[in-house]
Amino acid sequence: MAQFFGDYVDEQPTNVEHLIIGFSPTSIPLKQRWRNNGLSADFLADYLQTFFVGEDEQIGLRAEIKSAVSYVANELLENAMKFNDDSVDYATSIAFHLHKDCLTFYVRNSIPKQNISKFHHFIEGLLTQDLAELYIKQLEKNATQDNAQSGLGFITMIQDYDALLGWKFDSLTDGEQEVNTVTTRVKLELPVKAYV
Amino acid sequence: MEIKTDDYSVRYDDVTATVSCSGSLRLSGMEEYAPILEFLNDAADQQDDALNLNLCNLEFLNSSGINVLSKFVINVRQKKSPQINVIGSTKIPWQAKSLKNLQRLLPTLKLNFE
Repeated sequence: MAQFFGDYVDEQPTNVEHLIIGFSPTSIPLKQRWRNNGLSADFLADYLQTFFVGEDEQIGLRAEIKSAVSYVANELLENAMKFNDDSVDYATSIAFHLHKDCLTFYVRNSIPKQNISKFHHFIEGLLTQDLAELYIKQLEKNATQDNAQSGLGFITMIQDYDALLGWKFDSLTDGEQEVNTVTTRVKLELPVKAYV
Repeated sequence: MEIKTDDYSVRYDDVTATVSCSGSLRLSGMEEYAPILEFLNDAADQQDDALNLNLCNLEFLNSSGINVLSKFVINVRQKKSPQINVIGSTKIPWQAKSLKNLQRLLPTLKLNFE
């Protein structure tokens, strides 16, 4: 049965402007595929620009939206690539929806079963602690440890971009393989209305 | 001294005591960022007085990169020198959002936007 954390709403309407990009499992090493994260994130951010037309004073706001989309999409894809389950044949996807007053991202990837409870614990920390404090605590901790992962992606999305985050954990049977999946939803409010 | 790729460059000018970062930094984790952290620490070691960190042309920095800047700043805090002056750009939105956190780690850090 699916488990939900944070601000998760399953709404991916097909009658609004949206883009879905899928990344099939591949034997190409992660290092070589890494560049796709930035390219895809920048593509979403550039694509979006078409839907904001208006006064000159909104140029700054449009640049802010572009920067936020590029950052959030890149972080979500980096996470999905780093933490997905390489042992199963399951594509990672990012779905991006543009509403009049907000943007949503849904990134879905597989996750190794043994990593699920650690991820739950991390999310609970995000949802219950003072984030400003947690952010600094995490930076101080990282400075003394040689962690491969910074653990800052979600914190910075909330702290610096006022993002609303939610997660859905699920499992499915695909042929003979059982796949555990996590979908991360990020919602960003728009400071100006989109022309959609 | 300089580290340069198609995506980014990190340059140190001894005369002006300035490290300039430009382009997009989206490396995949601490291992890949290690040469940049070392570069920053080396530049700081060469200055007794102050080191400028010019980020005006750094268009993009991922969270691992934010972690690297924070590590560098904490390292300077421990050594108590040099003074760090960060120069950002108002034209690059992520900088106003994220760079202020460096001051929380090192209150003597000066942060100016051009």
